[in-house]
Amino acid sequence: MSGTASPPHPLRDATFSRKGRRSQAAGPSNPYEPAGFSAALQSVGAILLAILWILPLLFCVWAAFHAIEDTTRFSLAAPWTLENFRRAWEAAPFARYFLNTFVLVTMILAGQLVLCTLAAYAFARFAFVGREIAFALVLAQLMIMPDVLLVENYRTMSRLGLIDTIPGIALPYIASAFGIFLLRQTFRTIPRELDDAARVEGASAVQILLRVYVPLAKPIYIAYGLVSVSFHWNNFLWPLIVTNSVEARPLTVGLQIFSSGDQGVDWSIICAATLMTSAPLLVAFLLFQRQFVQSFIRAGIR
Amino acid sequence: MTTRYRETLIGWGLLAPAMILLVAFTHWPALASLIESFTSTARPRRPSRFVGLDNYEQILADPVFWRALGNNLIYAAGTIPLSIGIAMLMALWINDRIPGRTFARVAYFTPTVLPMIAVANIWLFFFTPQYGLLEQVTGAFGLPSHNWLGSPDTALAAVTIVAIWKEAGFFMIFYLAALQAIPPVLAEAANLEGASRWTFFRRVQFPLLMPTTLFVLINAVINAFRMIDQIFVMTRGGPDNATTLVLYYIYQTGFSFWDTSYAAALTVVLLAILGLAAAIQYGVLERRVHYR
Repeated sequence: MSGTASPPHPLRDATFSRKGRRSQAAGPSNPYEPAGFSAALQSVGAILLAILWILPLLFCVWAAFHAIEDTTRFSLAAPWTLENFRRAWEAAPFARYFLNTFVLVTMILAGQLVLCTLAAYAFARFAFVGREIAFALVLAQLMIMPDVLLVENYRTMSRLGLIDTIPGIALPYIASAFGIFLLRQTFRTIPRELDDAARVEGASAVQILLRVYVPLAKPIYIAYGLVSVSFHWNNFLWPLIVTNSVEARPLTVGLQIFSSGDQGVDWSIICAATLMTSAPLLVAFLLFQRQFVQSFIRAGIR
Repeated sequence: MTTRYRETLIGWGLLAPAMILLVAFTHWPALASLIESFTSTARPRRPSRFVGLDNYEQILADPVFWRALGNNLIYAAGTIPLSIGIAMLMALWINDRIPGRTFARVAYFTPTVLPMIAVANIWLFFFTPQYGLLEQVTGAFGLPSHNWLGSPDTALAAVTIVAIWKEAGFFMIFYLAALQAIPPVLAEAANLEGASRWTFFRRVQFPLLMPTTLFVLINAVINAFRMIDQIFVMTRGGPDNATTLVLYYIYQTGFSFWDTSYAAALTVVLLAILGLAAAIQYGVLERRVHYR
């Protein structure tokens, strides 16, 4: 690296990054990292896009916490109120919808964890006859999600007598190809020596799975759990078709029925209901956003 | 040989519960749709019977289907490149240590954790004539009022924007992860060679991001045919079928008109489209991806 005569910017940055790394060991730095004016410009661009991105949400928050006559009058003097939330809560059985969604999400996740773990273990560690074909059959579901096969799945559910029940919503999602694939990839990275050691001590296949594989894959389970919960909390089309009563309906379907009411519900109340239904995930995300993002990355990359 | 036998027994035993559900809710319904597509829908006085390719002939002659397919291709052509492009830009921006990056990351990713149905309500409000935020802005500039969701010219664009808004932050995190996995040595080497930032992006970062781009692209293509929740809230396929997409049309045919055989034939067409898309992506693009 020569002196200061050559093009100043990149070189100066490079020198900085070297020093920086030596002194604070804060991860790798990049000579292309912008500095000075270009950093400011990039920062302004990123922040403007960010504001644009959450503007609709901010608008909704404003409307939800203000009386209808202040909805589009953006004045700091406008009084804040929780009235819209109270009225939304009373206008539809949201408590029941929350309970239904909670039961649904728990049921799906529990089923997925058990079934996907067993299947992933089979794919990762057993050279059984027909493994390649079976794996191809699993991967097919990555492309053909159950949502696409509405009509036939509805027929199956009515044959099983599961229309308008929470298990009826959950069942098509429990054998998740995504979960099987993710866990298989993880299990394959676990050294076979650990397996063999446990087997020598007389552990059975299931014991090895529970004592060796599952504990080592814990971060992946957490990542998958977050992805699964947020997907099924938000899922709409299949639950809409399968349910037709308050007893089984999840939040998303309840919200849609509430906000498309023909009596003309006002905007502030719809916004309040919208925020209410998204609140648990939104609050969890804002509190644990770093872990959330990490989990989504982990679940997607393998 | 006996170990092989034992492995097969245990392997299938572990796999069985998941496989039964997979077959029951993915493979069987796909096959059943194909079989049913060759029959007529049972009506009170006319039981279902074999009709050969009648349903497919009906599809070919169905203007609403062609409208839905056309809309869906426009929707795909809008959502796929824009959501991926914006995602890449977001990731490149906030990968650098610039002021405000935490705020930007949260803002970009927030739409991903919100239910689409809730998000659609927010956007419905945004696009509403007179009251909506968009009208407030255009009104401030003295532009005439426009019913964005009520006009066939702009309704499809409006639901496309919502999809892009929802997806871009999700794709961004995959790019962010991939960018952070690029060894810093490469940046130092490129810098020593005197490469500009743009050259470094074009020659080093972009090629190394190709596996991620393929992964994101597959997701984006599936979503372009699957993500229709916002249509239920914002337009219900209207005005005049301007926002009817293929899956929404299947839903209408199956659950509003109760013509299940025709819906089955439409489902087969959708499965064929998805299969074709998968074949193109794995066959053609896979070869052009630079793996490390």
